[in-house]
Amino acid sequence: MVIQAIAFYLFAVLVIASGAFTILARNPVHSVLWLILAFFNGAGLMVLLGAEFIAMLLVIVYVGAVAVLFLFVVMMLDIDFAELRAGFIRNFPLGIAIALVLLAELFFGYFAADAGPLKLGVADGTAMTPPHTSNIAAIGALLYGRYLFLFETAGIILLVAMVGAIVLTIRERKDTRPQNVARQNARRPWEATVNTRPQVGKGVEL
Amino acid sequence: MIGIEHYVVVSSILFVLGVLGIFLNRKNIIVILMAIELILLAVNINLVAFSAFLHDLTGQVFAMFVLTVAAGEAAIGLAILVMYFRHRGTIAVDDVNRMKG
Repeated sequence: MVIQAIAFYLFAVLVIASGAFTILARNPVHSVLWLILAFFNGAGLMVLLGAEFIAMLLVIVYVGAVAVLFLFVVMMLDIDFAELRAGFIRNFPLGIAIALVLLAELFFGYFAADAGPLKLGVADGTAMTPPHTSNIAAIGALLYGRYLFLFETAGIILLVAMVGAIVLTIRERKDTRPQNVARQNARRPWEATVNTRPQVGKGVEL
Repeated sequence: MIGIEHYVVVSSILFVLGVLGIFLNRKNIIVILMAIELILLAVNINLVAFSAFLHDLTGQVFAMFVLTVAAGEAAIGLAILVMYFRHRGTIAVDDVNRMKG
């Protein structure tokens, strides 16, 4: 139990610190690296809660795909980041004020829900983890059973996102001569080659 | 003993940090997108914490859907960013409202 508390406080402090450094770092590359640390520690918190599947998904999807995508874009674009930080100091007091108000509201909301007669989130027991079942098996049974339609919708969303990203970033260049696959496949040997019997001393008409 | 309150506090602070990041880096759209990812991470921690303490797996399934949408949003956002940079040579979002049609 003590080791659990120590691990919780370690992960919690690190996730908050790396979140703060993500938004405060001067260089966006450092921001991405702090974001990766934040995701790792968030995954650690989820492992402590017994949600191994979501934790591993967080590491694979966020660190493996999204953070690398961010890193790729930050390094690919040639951007003057000093100019982009111009309004940082000017926005600081307003941002802090709004953040404090929002934090206070969140805590008030939590304690109000905790103290009042409002009883939120009473589990009906239909989505419990069955005894002697691992977290992944239980989530799989739920995902491929009750939430199958939503699961397939998530797949459609990913497909649409992929197609959208490709369509947005593809560039038609006029100065290159790309392969025309349809024309290539439609071409037949009798259109492309010809048998001639040229006379001696004369050329071949093409 | 670590209760649900501890996780709610951590995810609230992380959420507010994400909102603060949007306010502080108003010009730099890359950091804004990263702040949105932080907000979604906070939401996911909250969902998983409640799911674990209520012994109900629905929260974890929902966290997975949030993750899906976050991945799609990051991909589309970065694609728009690359296109915008190609046209204008900068990513300052002050004058994005010129981007009509």
